Amino acid sequence: MYTFSSKLKTFSLVLMVVGLLGIGYGFLSAPKNSQDVEALLAADSHGEHHGAAAATEEHAQAVETPAAEAPATTAVSQDTAKVEVAKEITAEETAVKDTAVAAAAVEPAQAVAEAQVATSEHNVDAHAEHEEHVNHVLHQLQNKPWSALYVACIFFMLVSLGVLAFYAIQQVAQSGWSPVLFRVMQGITAYLPVGSVIFFIILVLSGLHFNHLFVWLGEGVTTVGHENYDKIIANKSGYLNFPFWIIRAAIFLVGWNLYRYFSRKNCLAQDEATDDSYYKKNFKMSAGFLVFFIVTESIMSWDWIMSIDPHWFSTLFGWYVFASFIVSAVTTICLVSLYLKSRGYLEHVNTSHIHDLAKFMFGFSVFWTYLWFSQFMLIWYADIPEEVTYFVTRIQVYNLPFFGAVVMNFVFPLLILINTDFKRISWVLIMAGTVILLGHYIDFFNMIMPGTVGDQWFIGVPEISSVLFFFGLFIYVVFTALTKAPLLPKRNPFIEESKHFHY
Amino acid sequence: MSNKVIHAIYNDDDILMDAVKKTRAAHHHIEEVFTPFPVHGLDKAMGLAPTRLAICAFIYGCIGISFGTWMMNYIMIQDWPQDIGGKPSFSYIENMPAFVPIMFEETVFFAAHLMVITFYMRSRLWPFKEAENPDVRTTDDHFLMEVAVHNNEKELVSFFENTGAVEVKVIDKH
Repeated sequence: MYTFSSKLKTFSLVLMVVGLLGIGYGFLSAPKNSQDVEALLAADSHGEHHGAAAATEEHAQAVETPAAEAPATTAVSQDTAKVEVAKEITAEETAVKDTAVAAAAVEPAQAVAEAQVATSEHNVDAHAEHEEHVNHVLHQLQNKPWSALYVACIFFMLVSLGVLAFYAIQQVAQSGWSPVLFRVMQGITAYLPVGSVIFFIILVLSGLHFNHLFVWLGEGVTTVGHENYDKIIANKSGYLNFPFWIIRAAIFLVGWNLYRYFSRKNCLAQDEATDDSYYKKNFKMSAGFLVFFIVTESIMSWDWIMSIDPHWFSTLFGWYVFASFIVSAVTTICLVSLYLKSRGYLEHVNTSHIHDLAKFMFGFSVFWTYLWFSQFMLIWYADIPEEVTYFVTRIQVYNLPFFGAVVMNFVFPLLILINTDFKRISWVLIMAGTVILLGHYIDFFNMIMPGTVGDQWFIGVPEISSVLFFFGLFIYVVFTALTKAPLLPKRNPFIEESKHFHY
Repeated sequence: MSNKVIHAIYNDDDILMDAVKKTRAAHHHIEEVFTPFPVHGLDKAMGLAPTRLAICAFIYGCIGISFGTWMMNYIMIQDWPQDIGGKPSFSYIENMPAFVPIMFEETVFFAAHLMVITFYMRSRLWPFKEAENPDVRTTDDHFLMEVAVHNNEKELVSFFENTGAVEVKVIDKH
């Protein structure tokens, strides 16, 4: 039996307290109203309107956004706001036809000429435009602590779900190497019920308009004639409406948790049984779960992540999200196993088991990259405006996190984990695992933040605190669950093979 | 001096493994072992050095990706930077996503083929090469261990008869 070391327990509690304080600070420091935003913008504006270069850059961004999306996305600075609307009509044609680079070269000249026309024509509307911009920034800044919470919450929950899926695959595949790790996997999935509840609460709060994470949940978006009316979203409202959405979420979360509960129960019952009936039950249940999982996983990714950008769609998105959290899940199994092994709790886990996990980390990292690139390259290549805005925002506003994630999730593991000997060295795996986990947090950050906070993003107190809070909670729940059952299943039909596994 | 070798023939891979371990323990130098199929753990029991073929493959892959990059950069960016369907050909990085499939395939192509050729060369395999198996049964169901004799023929023969060999032959090798 594992005993939760008091040091680790204190560590997890400290993480939770620090995280909670930081989350609270994030909510308190978010601007309350447009006056706060005015003050912030005034403080920023000195640096913002320095030269033609800044204006050109912002303009290029606005032009590449299709007309339908323009009101909802990309912040536009006060002075250039009016110019852009005027220019959009003339410049759009050229900009869409030419490349961004070509367009950018032409623009400074146009900008001067049109700015004069525009200012004289539109100074009546300037005030209303400014109001709209301030309101837009206000929403983004108010979203910041919520998004930070949301990203961390969904990330840890999906890691736990990924472990559950990996565990089910191991059961169904009747793998001979992994049964000694089943209890570790079950321990990690113990976070799933806790994470699901918190996540579900955040979803409900979004539905009750406590935040603006999901644009399509906004008021009047589907009402014809309302100032927020959005035809594209209204056309999707048969699928994207709050009751249907929250019921789907409830079904998915309950379904996953039921499998987790009964699978663990049967596994423990199998320890005391005299035949293999519980094992067979688990086998069938796992096969059923995997079918349920792959359907719900796909829909989950549309509901909880893709619908953040409701004007955008991608067919392989579900797989992409899956790849991201399954590699994090395997990494988590590996790190927890290494920790328990280092404390002397996993007698039968040898370097061959760890080697196998490391191979999965390597393989799934490459799989993630394959899907990341497939999604990016297909959209980049075709350059259809309604799809490409997704990546335009990410490359222009999230350049470092966007490409940094590829380095952390692909280049680094590729070069480190390709070596067979390295896959057996604990400190190499801990280092690679840490980078992979951080990289996939950033991956989720990239998926969610651009749609909620746009160019107001920063990895500051709210983001880091949210991660710390959920990390602390994760450690607390997982290691508490590990103390509840022996770390070695007794009567699993493959346990002997697993104990003597070597590669 | 004649160049004599012992051919100890076995008909089971477990017995062969035990015999190899005993032979190593008795410090007789094993020249070669012929088996009809890969025997798991035989290389370790014989104390053979691990292969470096994977390292070769990695280097070949690096050459492959360099070649792919150089080729696409020269053709598409340096030599004739045409505007093809609006793809930016001003610099390599701007059009890189379009080249990745080629770079990837070149990497795999070089790594795979050059590694296989390396394997053929290192293990001296080619068409029309004369087969080297000392006993035709070693390709079917028998295992053969070849050990050099150094004026200790009698001792070696009795040693190998005790290791479970179904046949022990002393061969004059030229």
